[in-house]
Amino acid sequence: MNVLEVKNLTKQFGGLTATNDITMTVEKNSITAVIGPNGAGKTTFFNMITAVYKPTSGDILLNGHSLVGLKPHEVSKFGITRTFQNIRLFNEQTVIDNVLIGMHQHLKAHWVGTLLRLPSIRLEEEKAKVQAYKILKYVGLEDYVNENAGNLAYGAQRRLEIARAIAARPKVLLLDEPAAGMNPKETKKLTDLIHDMRTRLDVTIVLIEHDMKLVMEISDYIYVLDHGELIAQGKPDEIRNNQRVIEAYLGKVAAEND
Amino acid sequence: MVKEWFHKFSQSSRAQLFFIITYVLVTCLGLYLLEDSASAIFPFLLVLLSLLILYYMKINVKLKWAIGFIIIAVMIPLSASQGSNFQAFMDVGTLVLIYVAMSLGLNIVVGFAGLLDLGFIAFFAVGAYTYGIFGSKQANHFMPFGHYPLPGDTFWIFIFVGAIIAAIFGILLGIPVLRVRGDYLAIVTLGFGEIIRIVFNNMDHPINITNGSMGISQIQPPRIFGYPIDTPSEFYYVALFIFILVIYVVKHLENSKLGRSWKAVRDNEIAAQAMGIPLVKTKLAAFAIGASFSGMMGTVFAAKQMFVDATSFTYLESTMILVMVILGGMGSVPGVILGAAVVIILNNQVLTDLSNWMTSLSTAGILNVPDALSPSKMQRFIFGILLVVFALYRTQGLIPHKNKKVDAERLKREAAAEPPYGNSEAKTNLEGSDS
Repeated sequence: MNVLEVKNLTKQFGGLTATNDITMTVEKNSITAVIGPNGAGKTTFFNMITAVYKPTSGDILLNGHSLVGLKPHEVSKFGITRTFQNIRLFNEQTVIDNVLIGMHQHLKAHWVGTLLRLPSIRLEEEKAKVQAYKILKYVGLEDYVNENAGNLAYGAQRRLEIARAIAARPKVLLLDEPAAGMNPKETKKLTDLIHDMRTRLDVTIVLIEHDMKLVMEISDYIYVLDHGELIAQGKPDEIRNNQRVIEAYLGKVAAEND
Repeated sequence: MVKEWFHKFSQSSRAQLFFIITYVLVTCLGLYLLEDSASAIFPFLLVLLSLLILYYMKINVKLKWAIGFIIIAVMIPLSASQGSNFQAFMDVGTLVLIYVAMSLGLNIVVGFAGLLDLGFIAFFAVGAYTYGIFGSKQANHFMPFGHYPLPGDTFWIFIFVGAIIAAIFGILLGIPVLRVRGDYLAIVTLGFGEIIRIVFNNMDHPINITNGSMGISQIQPPRIFGYPIDTPSEFYYVALFIFILVIYVVKHLENSKLGRSWKAVRDNEIAAQAMGIPLVKTKLAAFAIGASFSGMMGTVFAAKQMFVDATSFTYLESTMILVMVILGGMGSVPGVILGAAVVIILNNQVLTDLSNWMTSLSTAGILNVPDALSPSKMQRFIFGILLVVFALYRTQGLIPHKNKKVDAERLKREAAAEPPYGNSEAKTNLEGSDS
């Protein structure tokens, strides 16, 4: 069953076509990778799914509902959350508060109720904190609960972004270069985490990544973008040997000499 | 040796309690005895200092609030009540409370939600005019029904009417303004503040609503159970009542879902939206709630002065409130309270007293200070220097903001009692794969 369907998605910035006529389907509970050289339009593609950009044409369907025209926070309510290529944490807030903000849409508290100190809201808040702690423990950040997010090490910040995203209980989780800047050991841990999230959280994962080892290891299906065009798609083994993909990454001449 | 002693002292809540009570009693006695002399300002400041000491004490939080309340509501008025300066002191006290409440309102907008508002005084003006118009004969000019001025008993309702109308103005300002960000937002809010002032200054024709530049006079003093409130010492308690209300609201919202979403929007708009936080709604809530504090204090201001005109709501006033927030520490509630208190007391008490003292010196022929150098004329100069110094050496303000910490040990215990995160059927256990 397809959770996410993208139909003929195009985005133009003035005369520049960032993505052109992209169609893809993402199966439920799969791990799908979107790869391509720098500037291929991968992040633009994510930004359209999460409504940061409005597509010039085309449609995005989540479980059959169109997401085009929604506001970013509405897309999040529909069940898509993401992490960011350039880490976007709430740096001035504690680690646990970052996760609690991820839970925002699942908390029922209203400010009037907060001011009346309704017992239900205090209970909800308590439960949310325990849940946030469990999520932090899951990603291995339970020792930094009260630390400011901005003070964390780079790899820890990336994991906190994932923790914050899964706190929103998404149906589809978009990871934008989750392994960027990580050492091999951290990447290994991340690979395990992504694998585990799929089964444990029953979530569909779409990721953009440059680390080919990671991509080939965990992806069920891969889409390759180059200059805004979808140039190839298929299972990891098919992509590995695809001539056009090799050309896109290494250049035409190099690919021929190989 | 001293360090050791201090450490022991900070561990024992009984010793601290004893210290603060003695301190307050001694300084209050000093204020009581010196009340009539020119140096009454010193014990007055020392009594106020007790609140700052109290803040840094390591004792039970509820006890802290209780002691703080007793100092503000009982000790200060009581020990100052015997002398000739009583009303002057209470007037400063009322002003401090008014500005503290306003800067706490602005702190929500600037400190929590990160929206620079340079026209914040407009909401104060809205509150002031709301009571001013209906609490005087002014409303007769345009209201088709009813007799005005409304009796002073209605003032208590007008506190909340002022809050609501100011909140509505906050939303009205917010809707168009929130399309712009950063510097542009600051400019637009500045414009809004000026527009409100000029509109109030000119709304005497075709329908006379605000009486234009003549201002509204003879505003009814508030009454409670038939007893009129018209001295600063009585207004002090009105302001205190609203101040407590404001503190309650701020303290409860700061670490709630709404407070977190404000700070999320401040720290990173795009990420906040991606987490499901509606940008416009969250920002409007900050504008509305911040404005309502200002509106409430506006009604108190109108009732206290018994006169309102547009000159009280200039751009300078907006800057002043912003200075209080920045000086105290953006986003820090105790900091902002301290910042507002410092600015008002420095302005209205210390500099005035210093000027008077220097005048008396020059009349006695001891020291001849030209009038142009009198301290009360150098307010802006002094604040300018203060701001530069703070911007250079203490950007976080007097009391920097601290994030509220959770009890990690307790969460750990509670989390351990529950099943681990996620579906229980999951086969792999990530926590073990760390090696």
